[in-house]
Amino acid sequence: MAQSPDDRRYSKEHEWIKIDGDSATIGITEYAQDQLGDIVYVDLPEPGAKITQFEKMGEIESVKAVSDLYTPASGEVIEANGDVVTKPELVNSDPHGGGWLLRIKPTDAAEVDKLLSAADYDAFISNEAKDEALGP
Amino acid sequence: MPTTPALALRRTPLFDLHEAAGARIVPFAGWAMPVQYKGIVEEHNAVRQRAGMFDVSHMGRLFVVGSPAASLLRSALTYDITKIDEGRGHYTLLCNDDGGIIDDPYVYRLDATRFLVVGNASNADRDRDEIASRAAGLEGTGLTASGIDAELLDRQEQTLMIAVQGPAASGYMSRVIGPEVAAMEKRACTELPFMQYKLFISRTGYTGEDGFEIVTSPDAGRAIWRQLAVEGVEPCGLGARDTLRLEAALALWGHDIDETTNPYEAGLGWVVSLDDGAPFTGRDALARIKQQGVDRKLICLKAIDRGVIRDGCVIIHDGESIATVASGGFSPTLGTSIAMAYLPRDLAAYGAEFDVDVRGRTIRAVVVRRPFVAHDQEKRESAAS
Repeated sequence: MAQSPDDRRYSKEHEWIKIDGDSATIGITEYAQDQLGDIVYVDLPEPGAKITQFEKMGEIESVKAVSDLYTPASGEVIEANGDVVTKPELVNSDPHGGGWLLRIKPTDAAEVDKLLSAADYDAFISNEAKDEALGP
Repeated sequence: MPTTPALALRRTPLFDLHEAAGARIVPFAGWAMPVQYKGIVEEHNAVRQRAGMFDVSHMGRLFVVGSPAASLLRSALTYDITKIDEGRGHYTLLCNDDGGIIDDPYVYRLDATRFLVVGNASNADRDRDEIASRAAGLEGTGLTASGIDAELLDRQEQTLMIAVQGPAASGYMSRVIGPEVAAMEKRACTELPFMQYKLFISRTGYTGEDGFEIVTSPDAGRAIWRQLAVEGVEPCGLGARDTLRLEAALALWGHDIDETTNPYEAGLGWVVSLDDGAPFTGRDALARIKQQGVDRKLICLKAIDRGVIRDGCVIIHDGESIATVASGGFSPTLGTSIAMAYLPRDLAAYGAEFDVDVRGRTIRAVVVRRPFVAHDQEKRESAAS
């Protein structure tokens, strides 16, 4: 599996957050999009909504299943990516780039310390993949 | 995401080929089956536009052989299989005494005395036992070792089954099996030689497209699967099989039909033969239901709003729950969600709109005609040229 970009931090729920000055961008990881399969619908909070770290912030649906989205950091939503609402497949094709989900104004800079580095996240998902390989 | 190790899962003779191709494997009806290879939508579109192939070896395969085979099957199944011409197949139902649907097997008549019954994976053993129990009550139908005049041969273990589906399936099958398959008519079945093996081939499927199903020995089947893959037929998993059959509005046992549903409310009255007067299990109940009429109907719903209607979502009318969704999902062809559900007959009108509760969010859906996506004859001809 390709390495995750090391310009951001990761949650164990497979979301990433990239801090850029006093705003931050949130999305789901390459691994998450691959596990979900063809994404057909994304439900995101509106601008102005307050979100809390590790709590549910929306839903993402693939052909196969629906999954909850959890926010990797607390803050106020500045913008939801309109492109992924109209073209959800963007999350599959470019999860770390054009398929971002939210831009937020984080309220607690220290929260990122509870998140994983790229290397730690890659180790985490490689263990998950091993667990999966033990399956049928 | 971790899955539960389930050592008891059965594997089809193609399992290692699925693994080697990187398929995602899931437990299904006691089998370890590929749910997807490249992705459900890509596989789905391959079948709609070109050709895809499915390992359907988990399906039940029961040969019923002998001079009383036709009367034995007639006593078990709703459709008058004695009317099936040799070299043809027909959809049938196996019902209980109340007319509830135990399974919906496809029956092929190879010749006067040989039939192949293909049932759902989860019902394979039940189908065999039910048909055997009917034999016990039939005169001249022995199933014991000596003096056998009808035999039930369960061939799920000894064979595999592959479905090759899509507008270009005929061309691929002609190249790999032989040109004679292209001349087969819809619902025809035949036996053909392949290498030193015998193939059962039918022009049937479960996708709403043209296509074929093959039953043969594991060795021959593996060779065919590999050759079709080399030719460019897309391996497809159970995920695409489900989206394809839902677009075609084909009932899935355990979701749209089961022992609590009867053929008439499921829109399957055309598979129940009452006119020949022949007794079969459930006949009396079905005749009564037909005469009284049904109070609900399996209908097709298409979402107007965005969001995916899935199995179990509640349908609301005037603030009241009126039904739960039997089968629901996303239609890659239509780009919207589609579903099937039993609605009260007086509400089941084309164009009627309802609210559907999708995990707490309400989305609007409209009753449409079946199928959601029609088989496209022109597409088949252009793909073949």
